[in-house]
Amino acid sequence: MGQTITQRILAAHCGRQSVEPGELISANVDLVLGNDITAPIAIQEFEKIGASDVFDRSKIALVPDHSTPSKDIKSAQLVKTMRDFARKHKIANFFEIGRVGIEHTLIPDQGLVVPGDLVIGADSHTCTYGAVGAFSTGVGSTDMAAAMALGEVWLKVPEAIRFVYYGKLRPWVGGKDLILYTIGRIGVDGALYRSMEFTGETIRELPMAGRFTMCNMAIEAGGKNGIMEPDETTLAYCRERAKHPCRVYQSDPDAAYREVIEFDCREIEPQVALPHLPENAKPVSQVGRISIDQALIGSCTNGRIEDLREAAAVLKGRKVHREVRLIVIPGTQQIWLQAVREGLMEVFIDAGAAVSTPTCGPCLGGHMGVIAEGERAISTTNRNFVGRMGHPKSEVYLAGPAVTAASAVLGRIGSPEELR
Amino acid sequence: MTVRGKAHRYGDNVNTDEIIPARYLDTVDPNELGAHCMEDIDAEFVRKVRPGDIIVAGQNFGCGSSREHAPIAIKAAGVSCVIAKTFARIFYRNSINIGLPILECPEAVDGISDGDEVEVELDTGRIRNIGTGREFQGRPFPPFMQQIIAAGGLVNYARERVLRNT
Repeated sequence: MGQTITQRILAAHCGRQSVEPGELISANVDLVLGNDITAPIAIQEFEKIGASDVFDRSKIALVPDHSTPSKDIKSAQLVKTMRDFARKHKIANFFEIGRVGIEHTLIPDQGLVVPGDLVIGADSHTCTYGAVGAFSTGVGSTDMAAAMALGEVWLKVPEAIRFVYYGKLRPWVGGKDLILYTIGRIGVDGALYRSMEFTGETIRELPMAGRFTMCNMAIEAGGKNGIMEPDETTLAYCRERAKHPCRVYQSDPDAAYREVIEFDCREIEPQVALPHLPENAKPVSQVGRISIDQALIGSCTNGRIEDLREAAAVLKGRKVHREVRLIVIPGTQQIWLQAVREGLMEVFIDAGAAVSTPTCGPCLGGHMGVIAEGERAISTTNRNFVGRMGHPKSEVYLAGPAVTAASAVLGRIGSPEELR
Repeated sequence: MTVRGKAHRYGDNVNTDEIIPARYLDTVDPNELGAHCMEDIDAEFVRKVRPGDIIVAGQNFGCGSSREHAPIAIKAAGVSCVIAKTFARIFYRNSINIGLPILECPEAVDGISDGDEVEVELDTGRIRNIGTGREFQGRPFPPFMQQIIAAGGLVNYARERVLRNT
């Protein structure tokens, strides 16, 4: 029996020719990642393990992106824990404020993850890097601690679901809409413990940004990893930034899948996921008249330059509705600079948006745009759970950058087609 | 080992933002985290819960973030075991790694109501509803995970490995 791309990568990282779904393996990791929420616990647990040093200081990345620039004293202490640990163990990939970005945008952009890698991160959205053809999954802080000490992680080889997308995308439809539509079809546990392999002609036409967005939200369907086979688009992206050699794996033609699900993308409208689960996806035309208080464009899901261009294309020459706050957060410093050079920042500021330095802040109700009781936000982020962006009695609607930008202008949820 | 306590019953897709909201993630202190356990799904939980109590929930318990603060908060609140129809995968591995007993058993979840007195044999996965007398069998852990649990969590397991190598 053939192997899926996920099986191939896992096998290569435990010195085997093949691995079977359900098997428990101990695999070597190419990168271990943590942020300012999860790494401090990992560091505390690492000390308890009693290892004299980390397994490989070039294979650890510490990214303080969640509560930074530090929002309060307690958050500042957490980042200091990471900073001190990085200095003690000479970990070069600690990203200081001013150079840091949102981890899942920053890490691939820095070329720290390439095709064929096995990456674990103490952050659920670590599954993002499947977009470059790596096996990448979120784990907890203790897993991170053990991997920093041993260079290994225990994994159960997942069964896979193959999602095949075909047909040309409609205007204003992108990776976010495809993944919200997919989660809407299979549910928030529709891929529980499974590998989500995204393929088909539509995916091959999708730029890297849209691919990252799709793999990023695999966890929102319960998936262990999202993954795409590398193609010319992937290699063009990786070639100019890779910090170590790429190993391109493909799924065998006779690989076994638990299920194969096909989607005709010609039918897919821009999507909006209603509170309080990402599976509550609906075409924007069927959402009804929902007024909003805040709109957020950014996060590890949609903070890339392509996302900002899409939002700016909608906002250009328009004003944010007087009863709406629009917050725009570029994913990294480089993206921020690129947005300045392309004139996108001028568009955002002219429209009346607040633009922030890279941070996860508002996505998880941390800072830089927390919402109050009874308020409603539309957001390009990945979760609309109860209280996700602030007060437990607030609401979050998820959408792509175009719908979010259009909604900020309209003062209610709507599509760019509705703007005159 | 056997644990016993009152059941606190919840539905499907209880997520990590409900278990421990991000506004409390500015600490790694288990007691501080435990004081806000389940706050956004059940603000009364920390006042109701007694040491040894058991959380019983539907499908996909612990979905969302990778925050280990979630099982840490549950453990620190005094909960002895979580029984669910299914667990989200990161919550599942985090619980094993930190030594919070969890069991998958859809039949038990359907056979236990809020407030029921429940007894769980952690080694065998036997679950008993004291009030109704009904018994259920939770899915046993694979041997590798039993090793981690037997070592007292992943930290001890890794420490043994480190000691062997030096």
